[in-house]
Amino acid sequence: MTSPQRSLAGGLLLAFLLSLLFVTPTKSFAIPVFARKYGLPCSACHEAWPKLNSFGQKFKDEGYQLRNEKDAPIWLRPEFWPVAMRITPHWHFESAGRTAVDSAPSGEQTVNTSGFDLTGIDILTGGTLANNISFLLVPSIDVGSGTVGFESANVRLDNLWGSPWLNFKFGKFEQDLPLSEKRMMTLSNVGGAYQLYHYVPPDDANTDEFASLGENQLGIELMGHSEDDHSRYAVSLLSSTNGTPGLPSPFGRSYDGYLHISQGFLVPHLGLQRVGAYGWAGLRSTYSLTTDTVPIPGTGRGNRSFYRAGVYGSAYIGKFDVTGVYQRAGDNVFLANMTPVNAPGSLPVGAQGPVWNTGTIEAHYTYSPQLFIIGRYELTRVSRQVLASNPSDLGNADVFTVGYRYYPFMHSRDGLAWHQEFSTINLKKLAASGKDQRTSSYFMGFDFAF
Amino acid sequence: MQTSNRTIFLSTILAMFLASGVAAGQNSGVASGYPVPKDDLTPQEQKGKGLYKRYCIGCHGLKGDGNGENAPYIDPKPRDFTLAQFKCRSTPTGTLPLDSDLISSMERGLRGSNMPSWLPLSGENRQDLLAYIKTFSPRWKTEKPGTQIAIPPEPAVTAEHLKAGQALFQKLECWKCHGTEGRGDGPSAPTLTDSKDRPIVPYDFTEGHKFKCGVTDQDLYRIFMTGLDGTPMPSFADNVKPDEAWDLVFYLRTLQPMHTKEKAIAKQIGLKPINPEAAPAAAPQQQEQQPPQQQQPPPQQQQQQQQPPRHAR
Repeated sequence: MTSPQRSLAGGLLLAFLLSLLFVTPTKSFAIPVFARKYGLPCSACHEAWPKLNSFGQKFKDEGYQLRNEKDAPIWLRPEFWPVAMRITPHWHFESAGRTAVDSAPSGEQTVNTSGFDLTGIDILTGGTLANNISFLLVPSIDVGSGTVGFESANVRLDNLWGSPWLNFKFGKFEQDLPLSEKRMMTLSNVGGAYQLYHYVPPDDANTDEFASLGENQLGIELMGHSEDDHSRYAVSLLSSTNGTPGLPSPFGRSYDGYLHISQGFLVPHLGLQRVGAYGWAGLRSTYSLTTDTVPIPGTGRGNRSFYRAGVYGSAYIGKFDVTGVYQRAGDNVFLANMTPVNAPGSLPVGAQGPVWNTGTIEAHYTYSPQLFIIGRYELTRVSRQVLASNPSDLGNADVFTVGYRYYPFMHSRDGLAWHQEFSTINLKKLAASGKDQRTSSYFMGFDFAF
Repeated sequence: MQTSNRTIFLSTILAMFLASGVAAGQNSGVASGYPVPKDDLTPQEQKGKGLYKRYCIGCHGLKGDGNGENAPYIDPKPRDFTLAQFKCRSTPTGTLPLDSDLISSMERGLRGSNMPSWLPLSGENRQDLLAYIKTFSPRWKTEKPGTQIAIPPEPAVTAEHLKAGQALFQKLECWKCHGTEGRGDGPSAPTLTDSKDRPIVPYDFTEGHKFKCGVTDQDLYRIFMTGLDGTPMPSFADNVKPDEAWDLVFYLRTLQPMHTKEKAIAKQIGLKPINPEAAPAAAPQQQEQQPPQQQQPPPQQQQQQQQPPRHAR
């Protein structure tokens, strides 16, 4: 790969990562409406919101029900409206190292920016429509564009035939992930998304826009759990591309499958430990039918596959908890190079299906439900590049994030957190000069939900 | 890996090890998150206090008196732990429950109330919580829990048992609160209040299969014999013999919405709802029925409980 090519690839990857982080509305949620409904403090369901504890996870797995026969809306006061909102006004500082700059003597320099900002506004509505029929609707307003999107919109039939092992969800929802990105405890531009779910190697055309575990998808999910929620499974069938039905050809005609199983076990004096495995596989088309050379939406052909598969373990040692995830991912050579399978001669020289491995270690120290400290380290290593001519370590990423959240009060009506965080990512050899490129974020602000 | 990345990686791992060491040293139990306070509580009670603040304080309140910030909006009201008076027990009325009774309530939750099942907590957590809850009332220091009542083996269901149970339902005037069809709409229902003089509704047998204190026949039997302290539901331990209690259990199962073997037999024999105007059809053959035993409040509550027993006789 020549320097200009590398520069372009690096620039594209960096721009993509940054744009993804900038335009994505607030990703995580805690839902004070449930605390209000049931009179429980935030800390009953959250280690520190929005991260769920085992009780909160069970509540979610039960379809936002406590199963005390007072879940149905008929028990609510008529004036109760199941709506909450969340937004985070903040100040942030961004540093993009080795950015290509025309006027810089070497052609590159570090670009620093800072300013006040807002995250997207999440409107969180959810609860029960009737006993064992629950819903979640989360319209998100992007403060930059003012556009409204639906982060989640689903109905769930819970405890079918009286069994907690059978729960059926229909609509748009977050996959049952080992580390929920919607309940992420970090918010900065660099640290506010998991590489685990979003990373693709340089030059890979099957980008996050088309296949991302971090984005909510449209489909159906069958999920089940034991009474104590220690054993869990979720299997889903998805038909959209990042929750966008009918995305123009050639992407938009496929069904993906996702499976997640896990087992928790209590260790005396320590807490609930969990191990699990998950996998996501799907197809994306490489060309489509056309009318006057214009692709006809939904007529994708020449499907080729991609996959993401991982194992993880989560351990609690008193107030300290740590989760480690290992994931292997791969894209078909035609997908990665955006080449129609009916024109194999169009594949670039040295084209190959990229394969990469990601490791994530995320640790928390819950000093109290009002003070929560987080540290995360993610590394991604590309084991097979999109082009054989690329350096073997091109685009390898290392991300380090550290931060804390302080909650001045803890009750059942609303929540406020003071959030500070620093995150930095190093991308190997992605600068135009072939050197490493480091981008860092500092974030501080008030995160509130009511 | 670059030197800087290696440093970051190693620092992260080191920090995690240090943090886990600190965590393990600070708190050997499953964490509530709240720091361990320095007061006169035992280590277990201290851990329970942290858990209580995390999970329970919103309803039961800082002082355990049931006056949490959400209490005004909750019906039925949260338990007042300062009275050490509990509905679901395996011990006689007026006595303290066994630890296992309270743990069972935590695990099961209380149907029809805001009290959820705390099964996701570890057994250790529940024991810690229990230890702390007991610090709210001096009764736990001065009294011993009551003796667990015996539950004899459940006999086979027969038509005779159902008829006897129905006769007992009429004779003991259960219908005055629970209604002739068990809908909780008896003539006394609107007047019922609990031990704090707050309105309370009788159980509607037709609305579900769970009872506040369990789901099994044994649980229902236990409720007759222990009563639900703090409510108008008295103990029948001195009035009803074990066989009769089983008869009543079987009859009440015919009132519930789900399919039960009792319901099938009742349908077979054409069992009709009771008629309060009529004399009991087949009085039980056992000894003359006596008024049910009222709950004996603990000494410190006797002044509080001025109102006469409200259960219909």
